[in-house]
Amino acid sequence: MVEIRFHGRGGQGGVTSAELTALAAIDEGKYAQAFPSFGPERRGAPVTAFVRVSSEAIRTREKVYEPNIVVVLDPSLLQIVNVEAGLRPGGIVILNTKKSLEEIRKETGITARLALVDASKIAIETMRVPITNTTMLGALVKATGVIAMDSLRGPIQHRFGPIADKNMKACARAFEETTVEG
Amino acid sequence: MGKRVGMEVSIAAAEAVGMADVDLIAAYPITPQTHVVEHLSELVADGHLDAEFVPVESEHSAMSTCVGSSAAGARTFTSTSSQGYALMAEICYIAAGLRLPIVMVVANRALSAPINIWNDHADMMMSRDTGWIQTIAENGQEVVDLIFHAFRVAEDHRVLLPFIINMDGFTLSHVIEPIILPDKEEVARYLPPFKPALRLDPKHPVTIGPVGMPDVYTEAKKVHDEVLKASKDVIVEAWKELGDQFGRYYKPVETYKTEDAENLLFTMGSISETAMTAIDAMRESGKKVGLVHLRLWRPFPSDEIYEAMKGAKAIAIVDRALTLNGVCGPVCAEIKSTLYDRKFHPYIKNYIAGLGGRDVTVDNFVEMMDKLAESAGRGDPMGYEIVGVKE
Repeated sequence: MVEIRFHGRGGQGGVTSAELTALAAIDEGKYAQAFPSFGPERRGAPVTAFVRVSSEAIRTREKVYEPNIVVVLDPSLLQIVNVEAGLRPGGIVILNTKKSLEEIRKETGITARLALVDASKIAIETMRVPITNTTMLGALVKATGVIAMDSLRGPIQHRFGPIADKNMKACARAFEETTVEG
Repeated sequence: MGKRVGMEVSIAAAEAVGMADVDLIAAYPITPQTHVVEHLSELVADGHLDAEFVPVESEHSAMSTCVGSSAAGARTFTSTSSQGYALMAEICYIAAGLRLPIVMVVANRALSAPINIWNDHADMMMSRDTGWIQTIAENGQEVVDLIFHAFRVAEDHRVLLPFIINMDGFTLSHVIEPIILPDKEEVARYLPPFKPALRLDPKHPVTIGPVGMPDVYTEAKKVHDEVLKASKDVIVEAWKELGDQFGRYYKPVETYKTEDAENLLFTMGSISETAMTAIDAMRESGKKVGLVHLRLWRPFPSDEIYEAMKGAKAIAIVDRALTLNGVCGPVCAEIKSTLYDRKFHPYIKNYIAGLGGRDVTVDNFVEMMDKLAESAGRGDPMGYEIVGVKE
């Protein structure tokens, strides 16, 4: 079983990222769960959402405490949230940042393997909004392969309708531009 | 043969209500029930569901509308939670006393104060004695299946009682997971059209809901009690037929790895799946433990509880609500009475866990079972303990 934790800010679509990941995995015939860290929704406040993906039926409903993968939608969260908390050995942190690997290591002290992408820039250029949920899914696919790019198309189409193509474009561009630490 | 989809459980619940070909929905939105009602409202507004959607101004009015609707012979649904459920409670007793087969999904949530929108079973226990049939789901698939089952049983002329499906708020209602949604035709095969035994009809006037003077009130209550008790056979029969048709079988009380278990864990609702994972972990480390989990809350399945628990050395019973300063939690009290009546007196420890959305983890269950074994060994007083209190 793979466990994923998404960090975002209210309004950026972190919960949607988690949902789309689970829907894509379920479309692949796998078992999956997606759920937010439940609470009153406040725009701009730090939000977490969780995903489990497994080849077998999932029989737990506790929160994800020890993720294999952490995805951070907003660079400013790095200063206020320990995004690496509970990460399993061999896990990976996927960041939306314009900074280099060296800068991130120095500034955040994250020791885990990293994958980096300037998702904010991609989202603005592709969709004209700084909403990085679908963009970061491209990075997730590139860095982990937990779901396939093709499996996202259906859920994104269903969720975004007329703006699905833009979202898929941002997602695909992030896949190309994500650098994954070896 | 239906289709496997990824879907939020609340949306699946609304889809199931739609597939049950409901005639009227009256509801007031309240967290965490909101998505159920929103989606039903959409289904009606978009023309996918030919039903009346009555957007009432309160839960009291929601249930009042349901009473009128059901008495007029319409298949009727509502949904609520917590504070809204409390406001609705007055009419819930009336719906049951009038034997109206209304079906309701309750997204279980804590009661204020302090204000808390998260999951526990305080609302479910508050309404324990309203005289409705009550089941509780462990996952999204069960929510869907239990909705079809509820209409079928409630409307059966041997029963004619309102029916609640309890669904843990957030921890179930807001989770996206794989669910098999049957075709509408399949549901129609399982669930025949509603044929009311008696209905309000100006051409054939009847009186529903007159005063019950002291000379008949006791008898009316006795009948209600007997009918609720007897509904268990119909509930089990309808589950058997659901299983035969859809391949998913349900029982009033379920067991997991209890065959040779010395100590048992008891749970109800969505934490039961986490409890199974905990049992697996404990089994791997050689502990002889098993899980008894409840699906039917009213009528209370005493015989099945006894059968599942007899022979156990010690039992940990998890309650998701607190009976403030009572002997123990509400479910534990029920189980203790059941076992006492049957002259079976194991060591029982009651854990109150997961209040107001506090997470209940695999580690919590392992710790409960370890403490149970130690306490039973020492012969500690039984009583109840609130799990994970920060002191």
